[in-house]
Amino acid sequence: MDLESKMPAGPLPEKWDTHKFDVKLVNPANKRRFDIIMVGTGLAGASAAASLAELGYNVKVITFHDSPRRAHSIAAQGGINAAKNYKNDGDSIWRLFYDTIKGGDYRSREANVYRLAQVSVDIIDQCVAQGVPFAREYGGKLDNRSFGGAQVSRTFYARGQTGQQLLLGAYQALMRQVHTGGVTLYPRTEMLDLVVEDGRAVGIVCRDLNTGEVYSMSGHAVVLATGGYGNAFYLSTNAKASNVTSAWRAAKKGAYFANPCFTQIHPTCIPASDEFQSKLTLMSESLRNDGRVWVPKELDDRRPPDQIPESDRDYFLERMYPAFGNLVPRDVASRAIKRIVDGGRGVGPLKNGVYLDFQDAIARLGRTVIEERYGNLFEIYERITGEDPYVVPMRIYPAIHYTMGGLWVDYNLMSNLPGLFVLGEANFSDHGANRLGASALMQGLADGYFILPYTIGDYLAPMLGTKPVPVTDPVFAEAERGVTEQVHKLLSINGNKTVDEIHRQLGTVLWDNCGMSRSEQSLNKALSEIPAIREEFWKNVRVLGKDETRNQALEKAGRVADFLEFSELMVLDALHRNESCGGHFREEYQTAEGEALRDDEHYAYVAAWEFTGVGIEPKLHKEPLEFEFVHLSTRSYK
Amino acid sequence: MTITLTVWRQAGPAAPGAFETYDVPGVSPDMSFLEMLDVVNERLMHDGKEPIAFEHDCREGICGSCGFMVNGQAHGPERRTAVCQLHMRKYRDGAHITIEPWRAAAFPLIKDLIVDRTPFDRIIESGGYIGVSTGGAPDGNEIPIPKPVADAAMDAAECIACGACVAACPNGAAQLFTSAKMQHLNLLPQGQAERWDRTINMVETMESYFGSCTNHRECEAACPKGISIDFIALMNKDYLKAQLKQRRMIGQTFP
Repeated sequence: MDLESKMPAGPLPEKWDTHKFDVKLVNPANKRRFDIIMVGTGLAGASAAASLAELGYNVKVITFHDSPRRAHSIAAQGGINAAKNYKNDGDSIWRLFYDTIKGGDYRSREANVYRLAQVSVDIIDQCVAQGVPFAREYGGKLDNRSFGGAQVSRTFYARGQTGQQLLLGAYQALMRQVHTGGVTLYPRTEMLDLVVEDGRAVGIVCRDLNTGEVYSMSGHAVVLATGGYGNAFYLSTNAKASNVTSAWRAAKKGAYFANPCFTQIHPTCIPASDEFQSKLTLMSESLRNDGRVWVPKELDDRRPPDQIPESDRDYFLERMYPAFGNLVPRDVASRAIKRIVDGGRGVGPLKNGVYLDFQDAIARLGRTVIEERYGNLFEIYERITGEDPYVVPMRIYPAIHYTMGGLWVDYNLMSNLPGLFVLGEANFSDHGANRLGASALMQGLADGYFILPYTIGDYLAPMLGTKPVPVTDPVFAEAERGVTEQVHKLLSINGNKTVDEIHRQLGTVLWDNCGMSRSEQSLNKALSEIPAIREEFWKNVRVLGKDETRNQALEKAGRVADFLEFSELMVLDALHRNESCGGHFREEYQTAEGEALRDDEHYAYVAAWEFTGVGIEPKLHKEPLEFEFVHLSTRSYK
Repeated sequence: MTITLTVWRQAGPAAPGAFETYDVPGVSPDMSFLEMLDVVNERLMHDGKEPIAFEHDCREGICGSCGFMVNGQAHGPERRTAVCQLHMRKYRDGAHITIEPWRAAAFPLIKDLIVDRTPFDRIIESGGYIGVSTGGAPDGNEIPIPKPVADAAMDAAECIACGACVAACPNGAAQLFTSAKMQHLNLLPQGQAERWDRTINMVETMESYFGSCTNHRECEAACPKGISIDFIALMNKDYLKAQLKQRRMIGQTFP
């Protein structure tokens, strides 16, 4: 099948307007004749469900949380970008577009990214109208701050809880629609299969997490807004329950998975403290404005940091990248830290971190200024590590925290399966090979508030007068049977290893071989090890308890089963992409200075993978990326 | 270190529940409280016993999923800290820790430490929003909002809806949650159009599920986000005003 991106023709700034005029519409009175299933209630899902219901569609919303407000969008700290140019510093839609496409190392579509920059300004207005308490200046106007990868101040924020406030805005809009009856909410419900009939997505199979009941829902369209797959690595900054299940089960039903090897590592996370570590915590990248990164010059220097004199310290980022110093982009900083730690110069009890030291900043600016800027973050750090960062330097290490890859979608956000739409982190569309800070929130809300509500009509309009496929149709019964069988199988194995033990094993293989840097050798090693772990899982996993009551181990087992299949695809994709770009760094493809070396001639395409069977080589479909408006250049930070 | 853990175990809403006690050796002071529970659960599963069910997700103190009583205190002994951010270094070797679910009639038990906090969603549904549909919003800078007002709204908006305030209250009241959610919106210029209806609807929905406030201030002490009971005072003020402004009420009072 050809991948048709449905990108409108014409000059870049006019494409979205042209497209909005060209798409088919559903008359306001007819919208109530359409049922839409929304899976997930993060920024993208909640904003889309609310907006669709406001338009008049019937929306069924499912979330595995107890309340839609708990989705992991809530944990985003830094902010949301928008090309408002309130600071009069030369920002524009074109500049936000250009920064984003360049930051993504030229592996995203021009038209999508431009549209994102265009609607970014509407997002801020919408959120303010909803009552999102963005930071204000004394004159009452909105405040902005700067973020990595940009030379203008365009990031809007609400203290260190921007994601929380934006999500609550969308959640409240959603609850307003629950009140009016436009949205029917199904909390504590997990989607376990996509139902496809005649090549179209017609519904889903879900499981009620409290009662174990497996049942189907049908609709004219299914929308997945189910987030990223960073938890494949076991240790990540994602919430514990974040997973790839909905996206992967859709992929197994024919939806193509695009660029799964594009994973982002955040350099400033708190290193693992022991083998029981359950997740990693991110510290905002803003800390690198004033903190200096260093390690001892000598191997096995066991002295406490305050007893290591200046002459015995290696401020390696400043040494390697004199121009950008500690403020090099995320991927560059992460790889440098990894090289140092792998070289045996890591610090801390497990030698798994590097220092981020504020002593110079405190001496220069005074403790009060540092408290004002970072007090909140220092408090989080102190709570987790028990060390006071005003006195002892912080220890940091990179961790997985976002995935740029996702289900393939066209310009309408529809996957190759008609009727299946994918939003937010779950799709692959806008960030290319690397996402800039404060752009995830922007994309989630752009998709939900301002893109899907227009584009879904184009698919639905011709279906006017048709009823959704009834859930009594055999296609639903068959999918339900598959789900029930898997649940029973997981409960019946009763082996010797817990789900977490196996998940940790998988995570270690992925992190060591398909993490911050990859090589043909390491990827082949991962490919040889993953099937064995998967096999062991299905032979030896121990899931206790019943199906009929809440069973968190069972829920987790289903998700890990999917990670075990999906990871193989991620590794394959990394192996096939013989270039380095953004978050995908192949050791064989680097410049003499150790920077990523892109191969635009051979790899300027989206790799969309078609599932052909577990353990069977998937089929690659390429969507060429054409750049009409920007010039492809090499990023340099020296 | 080694601790003794007493946990409320209950298989389901209708099943009988009981405390069970486990010895937990090999606890590292750097573990978070929930990581300690992870370890207990791994061991239970190896012993062929069902793991302790507890809700959790972000483990960064922001999603509001987690929460249970630790030695009688909601989220445990550390102030302004959700239990996922509590670390075992706060306990001494040999400590005896008892954990049990939120206790409140409005939060029926689902399993072990998991309760149903859906009434919070019902309160929001009844009016905890600003009724603007997507599209057509004026420029974000059109309405200037003084910094102190934006800051006060943000102080209220930080609520994570974990339910600690209800669990800590001797009356099982939800005034702190409701007032925080309401005052976030009532303080802002954008929230004025629906202010009085919002106040009445949210308070009445709250009262249909939860107990009444008798100013114990336990909620404020238990809140992991340090939300002030000042918002309860503001809610009460708004409720009184709303009653006077409400037409049907005026109709009854002044025929």
